[in-house]
Amino acid sequence: MESLPISIKGVTKTYGDVYALDQVDIEVNSGDFLTLLGPSGSGKTTLLMALAGFTRPDYGSIKFGGEEVILKPPHLRDVGMVFQNYALFPHMTVAANIAYPLKLRKIPRAEIERRVNEALATVRLDGFGARKISQLSGGQKQRVALARAIVFKPRIVLMDEPLSALDKKLRDHMQIELRQMHDRLGMTTVYVTHDQREALTMSDRIAVINRGRVMQLGAPREIYDNPANKFIADFIGESTFLPLRQRGTRLFFEDQPVLAGNAPETPREKFLVVRPEHLIPITSEPPADMNLLQGTVQRIVYQGDATLFYINLKDNISLVMRKSGDRYNGLGDIKVGATLKVGLHRDDAVVVAEEEGEADNA
Amino acid sequence: MSIQQAMSPRPNQAALRKNARLERWALLGLAAPALIATFIVVVVPVSWLFYLSVIGADGGYSMENYIRMAESKSYARIFLTTFEISLITTLICILIGYPLAYFLAQLPERAANLCMLTVLLPFWTSLLVRTYAWLVLLQKKGLINNWAIDLGLWETPLKLAHNMNGTVIGMVHIMVPFLILPVYGSMKAISRDYLKASANLGATPAYTFRKVLLPLSLPGLLAGTLIVFILCLGFYVTPAILGGGRVIMVSMQITNNIELFFNWGAASALGVVLFVITMLILLVSSRLLRLDRILGGAH
Repeated sequence: MESLPISIKGVTKTYGDVYALDQVDIEVNSGDFLTLLGPSGSGKTTLLMALAGFTRPDYGSIKFGGEEVILKPPHLRDVGMVFQNYALFPHMTVAANIAYPLKLRKIPRAEIERRVNEALATVRLDGFGARKISQLSGGQKQRVALARAIVFKPRIVLMDEPLSALDKKLRDHMQIELRQMHDRLGMTTVYVTHDQREALTMSDRIAVINRGRVMQLGAPREIYDNPANKFIADFIGESTFLPLRQRGTRLFFEDQPVLAGNAPETPREKFLVVRPEHLIPITSEPPADMNLLQGTVQRIVYQGDATLFYINLKDNISLVMRKSGDRYNGLGDIKVGATLKVGLHRDDAVVVAEEEGEADNA
Repeated sequence: MSIQQAMSPRPNQAALRKNARLERWALLGLAAPALIATFIVVVVPVSWLFYLSVIGADGGYSMENYIRMAESKSYARIFLTTFEISLITTLICILIGYPLAYFLAQLPERAANLCMLTVLLPFWTSLLVRTYAWLVLLQKKGLINNWAIDLGLWETPLKLAHNMNGTVIGMVHIMVPFLILPVYGSMKAISRDYLKASANLGATPAYTFRKVLLPLSLPGLLAGTLIVFILCLGFYVTPAILGGGRVIMVSMQITNNIELFFNWGAASALGVVLFVITMLILLVSSRLLRLDRILGGAH
């Protein structure tokens, strides 16, 4: 399957005084899997709908492979789309749903049949053509929606939270399957989700969107390891934030100097991002490149594959440490109320500042 | 395993079953007033009607009422007129009501509610008042003819009232909401995503209408058509006034039989035939509607 690059420039959409999209610039490489990630109401779906042609922006430019499409009606844009609730036509069979875009393109009947079967095979639903939509399970509907979106070989495919209605196990499975299909077929994919794990799992690149703006655009590892601001660090992964104070060029938590991999230069308030999986219990002499924190174990939550330790530092600042549930390493001996020393390696220590404009709104 | 199950005690089983039984009776109790009322005002009079229709002029059992109906040409004409008017009225209602319902379904909530109010407003006005209002508008020296002649649209007054034209105009006005309501309901139930999906796959709005919107709103359209047609079959007030005695429908012949000829048997027989025809239409169309559901039109 061929693919096209997408170029989004200065796209803005307002509803009254609210900016649903505020000067959005994104370049999607041909054949890339880009995820728009953000909380609900962030504008990510608005952007996807603008790409599909269902939302008319106030101004801006959207190009598919160099061609300006912002004025094109949806039915001429030739992009595949998977809707959140699948939007499969309930009065048609599975095969008729998949054949729908082919009939519109005046493809001969025999060819339609061949391609419908091919698409069904691609989503591993061979022989389901004659079924009614109401006879399908959620996962099967998902696959039919996918087959319908790719059967006419669009060079761009848009997906609007396509897995949100599935249960967790199936969702995890479909994430891998969708990504494999993308790699096999090679079309440019723009994927919308509010699930950060899904975004990290599937994407080549992630655009984190909040309040209509692109906060950060980068590979999953970049976004997770080096969040551009506090919002992103908070939204992606589970983090606690330790407020820092600047003295000269050094940053301090309480009176303790902080060792960190980065130091953003900004007058805004800075925080140390502490992720549960980065904390290590310290029992013997700590290595020199560790930030040491000490507190009281407040609560222990056993989750099967891991155990969470809620550690209360002074001043009601609370940390969470996650450790996998091995039986030999003595974690089971830690009891509520015990004093615990934990370490955060300097390479894992990331400093972020408040997002620009956040303080004005607060 | 199964042996253990069989032997294990089943605490409270009888009490729980009794509980379920009581609940069912309580539910039936809620429906009882309606059931009793239906029996008294529908079942009993309709049975009485059936009985009267097979009583001859001499007071004995006889099929003469039905035989006269089958042989008389005037009765055939009355039934024909009734069907003709009902059919025309229903068709015009569809032509006016379906696009209007589509329009209403596209409007944002508040505007749609406001428009719906204007559609429903006539419901709260007396049928008689509305019919006479049409007479004022349509008659030979009525508002429409006077204005049109003043404006030079036509020269001699058009015959709008006291004939089929007036009857159909008046009936359409009264029947349109009955068509709009079910169609609007079924259109509202169609997810906008279907229309978006259709457009996304390359369909023009017209193609989307034919292949998605129309088939999915068909149950509502059929329901509305059925309601309008059946109501038309038995309509009395409007055709009696706007038809000016020249348009005779079954309901009017029933009145005539009672008021002019004091022939309860003939009137009852007409009522029975109308009743049976209505039932047949309902039966056939309920099959059609169910067929539609099998095809997946309902959602």
